[in-house]
Amino acid sequence: MSAAAYDALVVGAGIVGAACADEFVRRGMRVAVIDRDGIGSGATAAGMGHIVVMDDSEAQFALTHYSQQLWQQLRNDLPDDVEYEPCGTIWVAADEEEMIEVRRKRDYYDKRGVSTEVLGPQDLQRLEPNLRPRLAGGLLVPEDAVLYPPCAARFLLERAQQGGAELRLGCSVAHIGEGQVRLSNNSVISAEVIVNATGANAPDLTPGLEIKKRKGHLVITDRYPGFVRHQLVELGYLKSAHSVRSDSVAFNVQRRRTGQVLIGSSRQYGAEHTDVDAAVLSRMLQRAQEYMPALGAMSALRTWTGFRAATPDKLPLIGPWPGDKSVFVASGHEGLGVTTSLATARILADQITGAKSEIPIEPYLPSRVAARTNSC
Amino acid sequence: MTRSQQRFDVLVIGGGPAGVAAAARAAECGVKVGIVDDNARLGGQIWRSESEGAQTVEAAEWTQRLVAARAAILCGTTVFYQPCPGFLLAESYDGVHELQYAKLVLATGARERFLPFPGWTLPNVMGAGGLQAMVKSGLPVRGKRVVIAGTGPLLLAVAAYLRKRGAEIPIICEQTSWSRLARFSLALLGHPGKISQGFRLKGELSGVPFVANSWPVAAHGGDALESVTISRGGKIKTIPCDFLSCGFHLVPNLELPLLLGCQTENGYVSVDDFQTTTVPSVFCAGEPTGIGGVELVLVEGQIAGLAAAERGTEAQELFGEREKLRHFARSLDRAFQLRSELKSLPSPSTMVCRCEDVPYSRLRPHASWRAAKLHTRCGMGPCQGRVCGPATEFLFNWNPGSVRPPIFPARVESLAALDGQAKPEMNEVSGGR
Amino acid sequence: MLDKITLTVNGAPVVVPLGATVAVAMALVGQVCRTSVTGEPRGPLCGMGICFECRVAVNGRTHCRGCQILCEPGMEVTTDERPR
Repeated sequence: MSAAAYDALVVGAGIVGAACADEFVRRGMRVAVIDRDGIGSGATAAGMGHIVVMDDSEAQFALTHYSQQLWQQLRNDLPDDVEYEPCGTIWVAADEEEMIEVRRKRDYYDKRGVSTEVLGPQDLQRLEPNLRPRLAGGLLVPEDAVLYPPCAARFLLERAQQGGAELRLGCSVAHIGEGQVRLSNNSVISAEVIVNATGANAPDLTPGLEIKKRKGHLVITDRYPGFVRHQLVELGYLKSAHSVRSDSVAFNVQRRRTGQVLIGSSRQYGAEHTDVDAAVLSRMLQRAQEYMPALGAMSALRTWTGFRAATPDKLPLIGPWPGDKSVFVASGHEGLGVTTSLATARILADQITGAKSEIPIEPYLPSRVAARTNSC
Repeated sequence: MTRSQQRFDVLVIGGGPAGVAAAARAAECGVKVGIVDDNARLGGQIWRSESEGAQTVEAAEWTQRLVAARAAILCGTTVFYQPCPGFLLAESYDGVHELQYAKLVLATGARERFLPFPGWTLPNVMGAGGLQAMVKSGLPVRGKRVVIAGTGPLLLAVAAYLRKRGAEIPIICEQTSWSRLARFSLALLGHPGKISQGFRLKGELSGVPFVANSWPVAAHGGDALESVTISRGGKIKTIPCDFLSCGFHLVPNLELPLLLGCQTENGYVSVDDFQTTTVPSVFCAGEPTGIGGVELVLVEGQIAGLAAAERGTEAQELFGEREKLRHFARSLDRAFQLRSELKSLPSPSTMVCRCEDVPYSRLRPHASWRAAKLHTRCGMGPCQGRVCGPATEFLFNWNPGSVRPPIFPARVESLAALDGQAKPEMNEVSGGR
Repeated sequence: MLDKITLTVNGAPVVVPLGATVAVAMALVGQVCRTSVTGEPRGPLCGMGICFECRVAVNGRTHCRGCQILCEPGMEVTTDERPR
């Protein structure tokens, strides 16, 4: 009946597109993945690769928790260059007010089966000696992990290819809709389902998507093995991620398997340039030094920027696009693309195949946003 | 950590001949000049002084002029960032320096191109200029056997220098062909200065075998180099030695010009007659505009310095000399092109990225520098692709990636050194984005 | 007149000529500057501060380019980026 070339055509070979392709192949679909660049070249190339449960909302918790567990199930299959490290997160509290937040989080996670440990000041110093003294403590979440996203995306795509998926890189898409993908060279590919997994660029192909670019900066140092053991995030990070309007920086430091230290994070709206913003970089690094003074003398090798895909309600868009029966969206993951990629793929595949999902899907449906504009 | 803020009318980046000439001429015009170099002393590569302090007469004269004209000399200082137009950030061992300028002269010179082959990472395998620099800095080579290989006139200059320091040179292997060399020699007829240089070198190297169509195939040794296998005209020969001094011509140091937005063409910075780049108030002189030898860079440096000091008429007086010397530069490039056999030198396990130990076999499948970098870490180490970049450009025809700060590794505290105090230009820059 | 300098390399005293760089001091004691990511011994390649193969720790500061630093009396140099 249907003469479509593919059951599913995924536009975007980042971590989300890769996870989708891998999942769709496992469900028996004929899959193709297209990207105008290479594997993992958007936010996937730029981000920290932190796999973290978050408690901003029930929906955010459900998605991050589900997906984190999927990563844990996958961990033994991941090759070496994915650098999966089950190092855990420590949410660092600078003062008593933030310790109240620590306990609130601990209670929240306790009720939902996520193991945590409240750390007092001495515990914190013992676990992370390079944090400045006289911090109030923190919350350790041992099951959080980190990995290197471009290689994780590549691993998932290779698995998908082994299952029959086709990969077309360096291939630019001009238009999607009505069961067709038109490339920039005007050739047309038909698919039952088209998945827009193009991250911060998603509105280009699906006008009306309420996704904005939220720029971030990162710095990586030379090798200092043992300097930091966990992913360290200040509780103020949550305030930073909460705010949908202003520019902000927060202390966020990660160890990498190489012993290099990855330093973030910053958030800016309305900055469309990929250039490093001197003032923001400076503030971000000053903040980092406030928490870990020894960072100052460390050799920084590279800085870069990336664009997170941010939505107004801070939840991703996962599901059918109301403007077109054949288009599904898998975008808007802000800083949680790596974390939630696997769960995104699962619930999207569920929706496409009519299966029931492990978690409620309503909070992430694109239709939750009143489609005010014309579809493509 | 100390912090300094300095303002100059003319700021010169690079303390080699081009930079020194630019800074001296500008300072002699009475404007406030600063010259910055990351080495412990001025001189760059060609004018690198011996550890006992000796310099060539020319180098000494120009340095004296610089000092007499009261230019500020900032050695051991590495520029790594431009926070906003008119400012550069630089780092020294114990400080960070904010350098404000009205005019900027980029004289960042060139570095050697290294090509990978089995064993090239062994200690005592160095660049041609690299070994010379080490010897000038005190490394003894008396009685040591040094094989010299690669391409370009630098090989002869290095060989002559090392021989004077007591090294034994079993062979000089030049990869280019005899016919190209012959054509190059003919081209020298237009440059009497070069011919006498050539004859002098010939004298200094009498008895040293010089072969064209020849290149290193492998270096051998345990903890350090013990011998080198070379190919000469297809025949293989292994030569015991203590050092391999090996470089494949020069590549310009374009990182700072690119960071500032200067346009380039064919791999060199585009400049007009006054050595002005496409970025207003930024000049460029020396190898980044074309590899051409010390006489040319001295003239270019002077023109840039005079133009930066707004002495256009005096700069114009040097145009004729520059044109003559540029002819020679162009014939250099043609003569010492790399042959395609060199692309097959690495074995699958030969390290191409030395910082991150990425072997040839892992790089080959990637379509671009960026993809290789993302997936293998090639180019992500402290050299920031300065060694593996030119190598992979040659091996795989990859285009280099874009440049981001810091253009040299810098301490986190130096990158954080903007203290957010309002500088009118800075606010405009960040607010306007 | 001082034309020799004494510094320590990995704890042992070394005498070098005035004007010698730290990279040269390493070579004079026959010690390798660093060990690569996969364990290969490495020494200076470019001699001019761009290859970073000559990295050592100088007076406790790691990741210093030995070829760019002049030896000073009493300097403490350690290799493999182990600060003293």
